[in-house]
Amino acid sequence: MVISAVGLRKEFTVRVKAGRLRRVKRTVAAVDGVDIAVARGEMVGYIGPNGAGKSTTLKMLTGVLTPSGGEVSVCGLSPVRQRTTLARRIGVVFGQRSQLWWDLPLRESFTLLRHVYRVPPAEHAARLRTCRSLLDLDPFLDTPVRQLSLGQRMRGELTAALLHGPEVLFLDEPTIGLDVVSRQAVRGFLSALGATGDVTLVLTTHDLADIEKLCKRLLVIDHGRVVHDGTIEALHARYGSRRRVVVELDGPLEAPPEVPGASLAAAEPGRLAYDLETATVGDVLTRLPGALLRDVAIVEPDIEDVVARLYTEPPAATTPAGHGGLGAATGAP
Amino acid sequence: MAELGAPAGALRAYWALLRAQARGQASYRASFAVDLVSNVGATALDLVTVLVLFGVTRTLGGFDLRAALVVNALAACAFAVADLLVGNIERIKLYVRTGLFDAVLVRPLRALPQLLLMDLPVRKLSRAAFGVAVYLVVLAAADLAWTPARVALAVVAPVAAVLFFGSVFVVTASVAFWWTDSGEVGNAFTYGGRDFTSYPVSIYSGWFRALFAYGLGFAFVAYHPALALLGMADPIGLPSWVGWAAPLVALPACAAAAAVWRLGLRHYTSTGS
Repeated sequence: MVISAVGLRKEFTVRVKAGRLRRVKRTVAAVDGVDIAVARGEMVGYIGPNGAGKSTTLKMLTGVLTPSGGEVSVCGLSPVRQRTTLARRIGVVFGQRSQLWWDLPLRESFTLLRHVYRVPPAEHAARLRTCRSLLDLDPFLDTPVRQLSLGQRMRGELTAALLHGPEVLFLDEPTIGLDVVSRQAVRGFLSALGATGDVTLVLTTHDLADIEKLCKRLLVIDHGRVVHDGTIEALHARYGSRRRVVVELDGPLEAPPEVPGASLAAAEPGRLAYDLETATVGDVLTRLPGALLRDVAIVEPDIEDVVARLYTEPPAATTPAGHGGLGAATGAP
Repeated sequence: MAELGAPAGALRAYWALLRAQARGQASYRASFAVDLVSNVGATALDLVTVLVLFGVTRTLGGFDLRAALVVNALAACAFAVADLLVGNIERIKLYVRTGLFDAVLVRPLRALPQLLLMDLPVRKLSRAAFGVAVYLVVLAAADLAWTPARVALAVVAPVAAVLFFGSVFVVTASVAFWWTDSGEVGNAFTYGGRDFTSYPVSIYSGWFRALFAYGLGFAFVAYHPALALLGMADPIGLPSWVGWAAPLVALPACAAAAAVWRLGLRHYTSTGS
């Protein structure tokens, strides 16, 4: 396992107003017993509503924050105790924090990072060459970072995180605030990177399209706990998302036919929709009079709906048995 | 996972950070020049204050002008150097509040040296150089009875004082890890400590002297070493060996600063997202 965390916790002390002058200290668990095991080369999407504990988890995995409890190891190292050793083996992109030098041209930031990470010049040059062509950096390589657009800067950040050849790449909201073109560029790049199988990728995002394009595995966190760990298909299965067959007809039917293993979701004159449970698309079509069929569309389940449902449902129903936040108030800062 | 040549590699990395910093500052030439000049002015003004004081009195806490200038020059020179090397650590407040400190922590370098080199205020160089020059001139003019031991002390004392002031800077800046909007509180100990140290401790009295001079150790920075350099008896009555041992307070000061800093790092809570 490249990343392993058992019962990972992080508590923050917040002061809550109680009366005009008095303030009461309260302990809030931002991450409340999270288990994660990620194998080499996996691409994992880490999602959850705002304040669910995504960034806090990532910061504990990268050694930025000291966990309040639990075990954590990344690349076989303890992130906080062996922070500087670990830092050379991981890459980090925090969408809202820059790794680049504000006043210097992008090119010089990269040169500096070569010294900071002590990368042999040849390796550095080879990786930079790859990034330059894949991320199309050349037009703004000599521009000071402060003058870059967000999309350009993010491409710079990705390069900066990869120049030392990390084994694990942590990305905290890498597509936040980007326009459609930049978002696709970043996604395409990450997808190509993941396909090589050399780099383990963990990314948090609010953009579920990122996940669908990039990650086979999905970790959903809510109120500091993992509420789902598995494939997107498993998530759909668990929440009863179904593929839908929409059939357009040339004329009206007296009664929509019953299809075993599928339920009728909508019936309008000239248009029927079935949600597939065990039935196949073929099962539905054979029950309909072929002469009347004009068009058939198959609608894949929408991950946004599933995740929205996941966020709003009470966590108790979906939390895997295991650690409960003993004595700690749950909630997020 | 010890690596061969790791220290040399780390040094090169820090050197690269320093060069980048200097290049960044050089792009603001006019303000750089103004800062260079105004920083010298500030130190010169401190010196003038002492001279003005002795315009109205012959002795200050048992010190004549010559002796008081040794104390003042030693404190000013050490503070200016510490301020140059470590003073910018107070920017940690900004880094912690904005969460920019995250970016520092994901790099494969120690956090403290990184911070110091990332904003090393090259413009304070003039002030430090001026402080050192004044110290040398005052020593030369003070008509000391030089012995090899005194020469050694004249070198060691300012170095220890730099370490001491540096520790004070680190400790007061570390407060930001617990108390993000700590504002100017730290200045009471850094700039306050410098002002306290710039005059003979014998002019203060009561709990104030007990706390600052001996509780926090500021008396050992300039006052006691100056007594030993001058060969004067302590007006407060401490034995003369104290002056020779005074530079040693830098060691516990550095240890305390390192401990507080490390504790602060563990306590760092970052910011949302």
